Order: sequence, then C-alpha cells, then structure tokens
Amino acid sequence: MAALPETNIAASRAALAGRLSGILPPDALLTEAEDLKPYECDGLSAYRALPMLAVLPQTVEEVQRILRVATETETKVVARGSGTGLSGGATPLGDGILMSMAKFNRIVSVDPLARTARVQPGVRNQKISEEVAYLGLYYAPDPSSQIACSIGGNVAENSGGVHCLKYGLTVHNILKIEVVTIEGETATIGSDALDSPGYDLLALITGSEGMLGITTEVTVKLVPKPQLARVVMASFDDVEKAGDAVANVIGAGIVPAGLEMMDKLATEAVEDFVHAGYDLDAEAILLCESDGTPEEVEEEIAKMETVMKASGATACRTSNSESERLKFWSGRKAAFPAVGRISPDYYCIDGSIPRRALAPTLRRTEELSKKYGLRCANVFHAGDGNLHPLILFDANVEGELERTEAVAAELLELCIEYGGTITGEHGVGIEKINQMCSQFSDAEREMFFAVKRAFDEKLLLNPGKAIPTLNRCAEYGRMRVSGGKMPHSDIPRF
Amino acid sequence: MENLIQSLTERVKQAASNNTPLAIHGGNSKSFYGGAIRGDALDLRAYTGIIDYEPKELVLTVRAGTPLQEIETALEAAGQMLPFEPPYYADTATIGGTVATGLSGPRRPYTGAVRDFVLGTRIINGKGEDLSFGGRVIKNVAGYDVSRLMTGAMGTLGVLLDISFKVLPKPTDEITLRFEMDEATAIQRFNEWAGKPLPISATSWHQGVAMVRLSGAAAGVKAAREKLGGEAVADAQAFWRDLRDHRAPFFEDAEPLRRLSVPSTTSPLSLDLPQWIEWGGALRWVKGAADVKVLREKIASVGGHATLFRHGDKSVGVFHPLAPVLAKIHVNLKAAFDPDNILNPGRMDNFS
Repeated sequence: MAALPETNIAASRAALAGRLSGILPPDALLTEAEDLKPYECDGLSAYRALPMLAVLPQTVEEVQRILRVATETETKVVARGSGTGLSGGATPLGDGILMSMAKFNRIVSVDPLARTARVQPGVRNQKISEEVAYLGLYYAPDPSSQIACSIGGNVAENSGGVHCLKYGLTVHNILKIEVVTIEGETATIGSDALDSPGYDLLALITGSEGMLGITTEVTVKLVPKPQLARVVMASFDDVEKAGDAVANVIGAGIVPAGLEMMDKLATEAVEDFVHAGYDLDAEAILLCESDGTPEEVEEEIAKMETVMKASGATACRTSNSESERLKFWSGRKAAFPAVGRISPDYYCIDGSIPRRALAPTLRRTEELSKKYGLRCANVFHAGDGNLHPLILFDANVEGELERTEAVAAELLELCIEYGGTITGEHGVGIEKINQMCSQFSDAEREMFFAVKRAFDEKLLLNPGKAIPTLNRCAEYGRMRVSGGKMPHSDIPRF
Repeated sequence: MENLIQSLTERVKQAASNNTPLAIHGGNSKSFYGGAIRGDALDLRAYTGIIDYEPKELVLTVRAGTPLQEIETALEAAGQMLPFEPPYYADTATIGGTVATGLSGPRRPYTGAVRDFVLGTRIINGKGEDLSFGGRVIKNVAGYDVSRLMTGAMGTLGVLLDISFKVLPKPTDEITLRFEMDEATAIQRFNEWAGKPLPISATSWHQGVAMVRLSGAAAGVKAAREKLGGEAVADAQAFWRDLRDHRAPFFEDAEPLRRLSVPSTTSPLSLDLPQWIEWGGALRWVKGAADVKVLREKIASVGGHATLFRHGDKSVGVFHPLAPVLAKIHVNLKAAFDPDNILNPGRMDNFS
C-alpha cells in the first residue's frame, strides 16, 4: 500500500481530530508530531511510523465512541499496550488512529476463592502476581518482559514465558475477555465458568494481534504458588548431547517447570554481565527447574540429576536456596541485554521446531552464521522447542542488516521444513509477514482473511499485520526466487 | 490415505454444489449430543491411524477416524495420556468426535480441556478446500488459532482430518479420598483446596458424598493425603470412569439430562432436581423435567450456561442462546468456513 501524501494526511487528521475532540476529554487526544513520537514504534524499533493521531481512552464508552467514528469514517485503528512487542504488532499506521490502552491500568477485582482476577488491559503482567502474592496465588505466564508488558498485549500475542511447558500460554490462563468490536459494540467472550456456549472465540481472539476486537478487560486465572522451586544447572561439552538430555528428561516422564538451553556464546555474554556462575568451558548449559511441594521437588530433582548425568553432563549443580536459584536464572533472564552489550545490534529469531530437529537446526544455524559472517548466540526454550537465535550485527555497517534478515529468513524456512513454525511466541506482526506466505497456502491465508472479516468487515483493525495478502505473497515469491535474500529492504513493509 | 482425502474433498464439493447437507460422523458415540442430525452421512472411520507419535516430543498426530481406545492404548504403553481425560460414552468413540464435541472428563479443571491440548488441525472446509492450521509444536502463534476454534464446533466449520495434540506423562501414583459432607461444604472445600498446591486431579459430589482424586509423584500424593484426611476408596478407577462415561445409575434413565456449566464457587442451585457435581463445582449435572426458560435465566444470572445434554425435547434448543453481538459473529464465521451451510447444519443450534 502506498503511503498517502502528507497534505492528505494533514487534512484527514484535522477532520478526524475535529470529530474525536467532541467525544473525548482534551487530554485523551494527541495530534502534534512531538506528542505522537513516543508511539512511533513498539519493541521492533527498526520499523517506525508516526500515527495520524493517537487516542488514550479511559472508559469503555470512550473506546466505543472512538471505534464508531473509525467505522463511520473508515479509519484504521491500531491498539497498543506497553509497546514491548517484538514483531511490530503495535507499529502505527501513518493514516490510522493509534489507540493506547495505557489508562486502562486498574486491577478491578480479585476473587480469592474462585482464584480469578479481573484486570484492565494496560495492567502490567508482573503487577498481577505482585498484587495477589499475599493469597499464595500468582498469574502463571511469565514472558521475559513481564515487568513492563501489559496483559492486553499478552492476550493479543498469546504470550508464553519460561514456565509455559508446565503452566501453559496466555490462552490457557484466561477465562474471559470484554471486547469492543470495530462497530463499537461490547461483547463478552468466554465466561467465569470453564466453558461457554458456541464457538471458542476466546481461543480465536487470543493471539489475533489486535485484529478482531479491542480488549477492555481480562479475567485471568490465578494458580497456587508452588511451595518450593529448585533448578539443576548441567554443563555439556557438545550441543547435541544437551539436546539429547532435553529429550531424555521428557522421556523420563518429567514435565519440568522450566527447561532452558544456552550455548557458549550466550553464556559467555551473560557471565561477563551478571556473574551467574556459569560454566564457561561448556559448549551448552541446561537449566532444568522443578517446583511443587518439598516432597515432590526432592523426588523430581533426584530424577533430573540422574538423567543429566546419564546423558553425559560434564558438571551438574543444583540450587540449594532461593537466592542461588535466582542467581542461576539471572543469566538466562539477562541473555538479551547481555548480548546487547557485546554487539551494537542483535536480531532475535522466534522459530519453533519439534525437539528432535534441534541438532540439525543448530548445525544449520552455525553454517549460516559462517556463510554470512555474523555471530549467533543461541538461547532456547528447550522444553517446548522454541528457538531464539540472536544474530549479532551492526546496523551502521553497510549490508549487515540485510545479511541478518537473510539469515533469519533462511532459518524460519528451515523451521517450516521441520514441521515447526515461524513464530513460537513473539507473533507475526509486520516482521514475519513474508514468512507467512511460506507457512500457509493461498487458501489458508484467504481463510484467515475470512475470519477477520467475520469480526471486521472493512478490515480496519490493525490491517496489514499478521496475514499477508495474495499480492504480497506473490511479490515475496518472486523475491525469494532471486536468491533467497530480501532485496529492497527499504520498501514499506506494511 | 491421500486418495481417501481426495474423495472426502470431492464429496464436500459435490454437496456444496448440490446444496445437500452432510452429517459428519465417526463412531456415533456422541450422536445424542447437540442439535438434530440431518443430511447424508459422511463417515470418517476409514480415515484412521496414528500418523506420528514420539513420546519424547510430547506430541501426537492422529487421523480423525482413529478410535479413542487405540490412541489411549498407544499412549499408555509410553506412560503418557490425553490430559483432558476424554469421555467415551460408547466404546466406538473416535478422536474426531472427541474434538468436534469438545467434551472433557473429570481431570478438566485441574489440567485443561480438549481445546487446551489441540496444537494443530488439518480440515476440509465447506468449500472442499484441504487446509492446515497450527502445527505439531507446542508453541505456535502464526495466524489465528483456527485449530482451537474447531474444537467444540460440532463439525459445523470443517471436516476434521488430522489433529495434533500435546500429551503429558501419566502420573505415577493415584489415590481417591472419600468424605461425607453437604453440597455447600463440598463446593467451598473444592474451591479452597484448588487454591492450595495439592495434586488434585478430579472432584465429585453426589448425595452427600464428596470424592477427591489425587494424582502425581508418590511423595506428593502421600503428603496431600495426610493433609486432606478422608478415607481411601478401593476400585476408584471404575468410579471415575463411570462418572466420565455416564455409566453410573444416576445417568442411565431416560430423564432429560442437563449440563450446567457455572463458575465453580456458585452456591447450591436449589433446583429441586437430582444432581451430580464435578469439576470442583464448575459442572453440575441435573436431570428431570424443568421449565427451560426459567432454568436458563437462573443459570445465566450466576454467569453460567445450560445445555440439554441427553434425552428431552430438543425443539426448544439444545445450547444456551447467544447474545446478539456474538450470534452475529457466529453467523459470519459459519458463512466464512461453510458458505453453503452443508456441514452438520443445525448441530450447533443457538444461532442461525
């Protein structure tokens, strides 16, 4: 889609601002470039655009009014939570409204007996667990960005975290959402019971990247906080052996609370940064956590240690206190910023593969890293097959970003080949929209559009994200034929 | 099998062009459930077999016509299970029907429902297109979650072909405890216990008797048993199976049986009908004649929904009516997947 000429945007902005100023408090409407600047990108900062204008509603009625105006004037709307998303799901549209849900920041109520909390979408993920800690409960999904990311964004992206193998993703941990449709109608999706009549719209909307409706409230499930958690840290002199150890843990009937792998480059980067006590001689380390009652943890930890040793671990340490456990994890949690310290820029890939494809995928990653002359640190949610290779590059060096994107594109194609997916938890957004052409057929992508139209006939909610058009895929197909890398990286991506 | 898919696809295309409805079925173990069946039978039982099962991946991919029994036997051999404890209702049950009806068994509130474990599906939509969504990996957020949308859609959005599931290790130890307590106390206790780190895997209350199943590692089960008290039940497996499959005498007569799905903390409903509670209070089965309108209003007022599960007069609607805004989305979705309305029309009867 070609961008509108600036004069048209200015005219549309003035007309739209006129309509909206009549229905919103003055501080809920931003139209000046300097006020719009903070909204120009989300966590995928390589892609930026100033929205035509931004709105910050505080009530459901205001959201309804804004969306009615959007429908009447056929104006596009992009919703935004904390803006920590990594795939550009909240990147604004130059000819659209950016709707920040930041003012929806209240925990509405907590029901200790039912183990649920009603929260507004702008509430930070970690805030929920902090708020209910006195009840011995917490909200399980824990994306690495949990101190900052909002629950509304978690619903839009179906966020996971390091504990999701055992405790599930966002879709498994919410009961009900209140949404406003693009036509400005309110709808309750899901319920306080365990199921609802009709189709499972709750599952359909979770992870739909803000393209089906605007969430104004989320009822989350709270679960009992485990009495105890301990983590085994095992070293391996070979990445494949570490991969086998992962399979052997699962094969032994254990579902660890968390199971993470880091390769040598990643451990070196974090050790330098947080001094977590990682084994710097190891080619790979595994962090394998058990939680539950003291009796359960003791039994499971013993099993885990046995499996690690039998799988060829060269060293194996188990945390003996909560502070030691947190220290072991501190390195993993700091992996991204640590890598940020050793390279001017890095690019995070988010493919998922069946675990058995781990060794060939890691080998291929290494080959690609050599071929394109870029270092790659591997951080891996090993328990659930979600890879996060971090490609190190310098955007100021001519051609490095393009080479990085080429590595990413090849790796994602490989994930598809192994029966995996191009995005395990970060979403498609605008970042991986081209790879959607490879993962899905024309008919499948048309089906996605049909789903979108069932909610949003005029395609006004976050259009251009997540699902590529047939034309776009045809264009991508032609580009891939010409060498597998992405030329013209300067063309608009949405 | 690709030939079979081809012929199934052709059948759907033909039905679409002739405007003749299809009634999709497997083992007919749950044909009693849902709106009235009409249309030419589309039998999926020949489309059978486990496509891929690698226990170390915790992922299973099967064809829709595969008998549930065959799948559970294969999982059992590897010490694993379908975590939603699927009801059979008859030995002929297939995995396709299990997913299409979206029904889960006693373990549901503690481990999750069918939809929580569906990772991917291959379907034929109402236009005869062969489509795949989701995948065979545990984490996957590419595209809308059409696979979970298929779960519980009663076959109205597509003919299920292949389904991938996340599976889990079977707990090594299990014990069931019996308590005598009244309904209100049972509801209160079930909810309190669910808020504690206890390995509860099923709960039931009927006629003054509460049953609690604990499943997990030996040490955890033993510690929880000491904490909860109650008396251990012999042959508890048969008890939970009979509850899951409605083989207990309570379920065996021809009285209308209603499934009331309510928030787990809902106080006793006092409906003056024989009742069986499970799912920690979140599922209440009642049987006998009732004024449907009054009943639905009452259940809606507590935040739940009522389904006519078995027997009784289906003409007043089996499923709880939808709010107009949701009904409109349902109509649109149905038209998107099945524009000629040929797939199991009327089986989900709360919108049109």
